[in-house]
Amino acid sequence: MSTLPSTPQSADNPATGTARVKRGMAEQLKGGVIMDVVNAEQAKIAEDAGAVAVMALERVPADIRKDGGVARMSDPNMIEEIIESVSIPVMAKSRIGHFVEAQVLQSLGVDYIDESEVLTPADEVNHSDKFAFTTPFVCGATNLGEALRRIAEGAAMIRSKGEAGTGNVVEAVRHLRQIKNEIARLRGYDNNELYAAAKELRAPYELVKEVAELGKLPVVLFSAGGVATPADAALMRQLGAEGVFVGSGIFKSGDPAKRAAAIVKATTFYDDPKIIADASRNLGEAMVGINCDTLPETERYANRGW
Amino acid sequence: MSDTPVIGVLALQGDVREHLIALASADALARPVRRPEELAEVDGLVLPGGESTTMSKLAALFGMLEPLRERIAAGMPVYGTCAGMILLADKIIDPRSGQETLGGIDMIVRRNAFGRQNESFEAAVEVAGIDGGPVEGVFIRAPWVESVGAAAEVIAEHGGHIVAVRQQNALATSFHPELTGDHRLHAYFTEMVRAAG
Repeated sequence: MSTLPSTPQSADNPATGTARVKRGMAEQLKGGVIMDVVNAEQAKIAEDAGAVAVMALERVPADIRKDGGVARMSDPNMIEEIIESVSIPVMAKSRIGHFVEAQVLQSLGVDYIDESEVLTPADEVNHSDKFAFTTPFVCGATNLGEALRRIAEGAAMIRSKGEAGTGNVVEAVRHLRQIKNEIARLRGYDNNELYAAAKELRAPYELVKEVAELGKLPVVLFSAGGVATPADAALMRQLGAEGVFVGSGIFKSGDPAKRAAAIVKATTFYDDPKIIADASRNLGEAMVGINCDTLPETERYANRGW
Repeated sequence: MSDTPVIGVLALQGDVREHLIALASADALARPVRRPEELAEVDGLVLPGGESTTMSKLAALFGMLEPLRERIAAGMPVYGTCAGMILLADKIIDPRSGQETLGGIDMIVRRNAFGRQNESFEAAVEVAGIDGGPVEGVFIRAPWVESVGAAAEVIAEHGGHIVAVRQQNALATSFHPELTGDHRLHAYFTEMVRAAG
């Protein structure tokens, strides 16, 4: 991460909710796997398999797709049960722009809020003001401009959107490559060009300049949306993701505990094909998956958010 | 050992990159360590921040627990931050079933003692042996030390709780100096590694 300017510190007045504390929390998750879970039992399976955090939600994206209708924040009871059942951090999703759902999640004590396109957006113009919260936020992005707009709103972590609930990694690859390519391009720009780049990216100049200097986002970048196998997870890491979210891929598969542990191993040893091969053996059935080409535009979650 | 010690960072999971940068700026040769053969090549080791349950599971899975314990027992200098502090504790409170530590410091550590993420905070911390004023303490879902044995020395406290401990060649802090631009603790540890050589 970039070394953020230090907030004046004192021994007697601890400061909570600072950018360093919010972004620093995501730094602790790096190299790890964050798993979608719908109940305490699944949360324990995820923790035992070595997940660094769990995402508590009522339905995994594959079921949200199947059921249709409006997808909302989960029941507080269910989130609390999950919080009580594991010692690793617990994340939960709010709808885009639904800052009251986010307030509720903060009051429940979740460790991270995912302002997520997987749920039905509540505001088609504005995302939530994430600086208004002590709880840090992670947001999805399909390109660099989108990632920087979310960071400008206070997001402390970014993930590729991918196409959740499809079991198809193609969109996650597209988004991660897009973000990495745009960062690489910025690296080659001189100061004169960065102003125009900021305009093109529709992002604040200061953030664009920071990314050009750092050669990376100023926050942790994970991959999400379609990861279903150990090799998928390792692919995303080799492409530059600092960790992965796995949604439907685990608990929609034949042997969730085994697949979860296998994806954790492959995420740590993402550059060792022998270990990935061993992790991929006899995992049982993967989730069936959806071909993204056949998804109608209205069912593409990645188009949600602006 | 030459003047530039080789210091590894256990790279199973966590904020490895930040430690590598902090160590390099403290004039150590820093490298990630994931395998026993990589561990054999370092003069000292940092156990980074991250999820201690995940790290100990991965260490067990990939045959790292015993090599780590052996080297720490043999006196290899080691520095754990946050999750790394938990791994260095001889005993932890509230462990999830089956969580293994490496041990090395005679202390009892309470996981997530300062609370969940909403309670994570920054505060200035005076550390005995670190000159130039208090260090910038970044505490994230941080543990604290309930008590230490006779061999361990408390070198920092915050709010009445022990947050940094040294026992011979082993050092542990509840907070994350690697997330700040203040690398005095990494310089202090690098000096420990040099002295042990």
